[in-house]
Amino acid sequence: MLGISDGISRLSDRRSIESYWDLLVLLVQKDLKVRYKKNVLGYLWSIASPLTFALVYYFAFQIVLQIRAEGYALILISGLFPWQWFANSLASSPNYFIATSQILRKVRFPLSIVPLAANLNNMIHFLLSLPVVVVMLLIYDKAPSLTWLYGVPLLVTVQLAMLHGVSLILSSLNLFLRDIERVAQIITQFTFFFTPIIYTVDMLPPEYLPFLPLNPAAPLMVNWRYLILDGKLDWFYFLCSVGYALLFLALGTWVFNKLSSRFAEVA
Amino acid sequence: MREPIIAFDQVSKSYPLYHHVRGIKHLMFNLTRNIKELQASQYEALRDISFEVYEGEQFGIIGHNGAGKSTTLQLIAGVLKPTSGRVTVRARVSPLLALGAGFHPDLTGRENIIFNGVLMGLTRREVMNRLDEIVEFSELGDFVDRSIRSYSNGMLARLGFSVVAHLDPHVLLIDEVLGVGDIRFRQKCIDKMMEFKRNGVTMVLVTHSTQSVIQLCDRAMWIHNHKVKMIGKSKRVVERYCEASGVPMPKRDRNQKEEMLDYVEIEAPTI
Repeated sequence: MLGISDGISRLSDRRSIESYWDLLVLLVQKDLKVRYKKNVLGYLWSIASPLTFALVYYFAFQIVLQIRAEGYALILISGLFPWQWFANSLASSPNYFIATSQILRKVRFPLSIVPLAANLNNMIHFLLSLPVVVVMLLIYDKAPSLTWLYGVPLLVTVQLAMLHGVSLILSSLNLFLRDIERVAQIITQFTFFFTPIIYTVDMLPPEYLPFLPLNPAAPLMVNWRYLILDGKLDWFYFLCSVGYALLFLALGTWVFNKLSSRFAEVA
Repeated sequence: MREPIIAFDQVSKSYPLYHHVRGIKHLMFNLTRNIKELQASQYEALRDISFEVYEGEQFGIIGHNGAGKSTTLQLIAGVLKPTSGRVTVRARVSPLLALGAGFHPDLTGRENIIFNGVLMGLTRREVMNRLDEIVEFSELGDFVDRSIRSYSNGMLARLGFSVVAHLDPHVLLIDEVLGVGDIRFRQKCIDKMMEFKRNGVTMVLVTHSTQSVIQLCDRAMWIHNHKVKMIGKSKRVVERYCEASGVPMPKRDRNQKEEMLDYVEIEAPTI
């Protein structure tokens, strides 16, 4: 980005690290402020959605279909809370650059900071919703394990990296192909039902188990449930999710680098 | 010869008309035809533009709508890359954001000032040091702590100008903002820009107000149909531009100044 390239040479790109950091903090703060300023119930909204879904699925599968699963409520909670973060990021990422089009047409700034800030924001919302998960565990006579101390940071980091990669792809492409947004919605729906979220890995018919790691979201979500309910991590699945995270980061960075110099032409 | 702070060397800019593609559905179903269309339908925004702006100079760019003035500014700001040729910029440029761009409606005026300053490359501390000055200049009073949703267009313009005016710009890019705000604030902006002029701040001004080009700029460039029609002393360029557009030249008569300002901002008829 610096120096002489592609016919542009400029001395004006020297943004100090302090300024970069300040911009990132401001962008994250901005979204938080907007979210919590608009309605006092801002926090409630970030937990209401997974809780409602949990209730709905509990009714449909436990009460109506009467599936045999011990502690189905906790199964739902441990699947839906991390998934909510995942799905929110997928759903909102096509809009990241479109929402900033006014600015990016005028001012030169490190564009990748926009999806980064948004992803950090979604992460913060997830972390803020964790106490609710703890309360639910306590209600059902369980407690968070000490392994959360390293398990949560590990899984959060992997999920953040994976989502950042995916959102770089979606937000960049959506400037050029505006219906990426719809594609993202369909992919989200698809992924939801093919990932052990409202069911557990054990419920999966054995012949399908080998295919599970082919779903980029699955290893991560499986581990979230292991961590929340049993306080352990499956290291094979963990490595799978790290692999996917790195893959998407690389792919996202590549797509972004290819396209970002043309953002101002289409935004 | 001094070294130019901004230099365009035979710069051309064209881009595909992306709206032909529309979306992924359309792209998939007509893949080959679409790619051909995309390659064929290049829109040429600028052709073979060369000019230089020197340190401390005020440079005006005039021309009809769609001639390529704003594209030129975007190239200077570095948000666009030239298709061919070379753009050299040797300083930090501060674009003056037009009306509300970069301002988030749910944040207060004060928060927006900080956000904009940092966006332009300053640190939060640097903006905070100037915050009082900016607030005072903007004359927003109590409104500065209200969300800018409640601002009028004129207030937004005041906010935008106040931020940029106090960020120690090295090169100031101004795109068509002198028309907003009331007469008094407009005068204040012009005064501030005259102060910049005296202090040797480099300015690139894109405007339809030929009066302000004459008043503020040393030299001007007239872009016509994506090409440079003329570069020279601002008064000469404006004269020729007005002549070609069939609009009388603005007079420097004090009494007529305001009237003329309003008059020339109306888009001139095409030749």
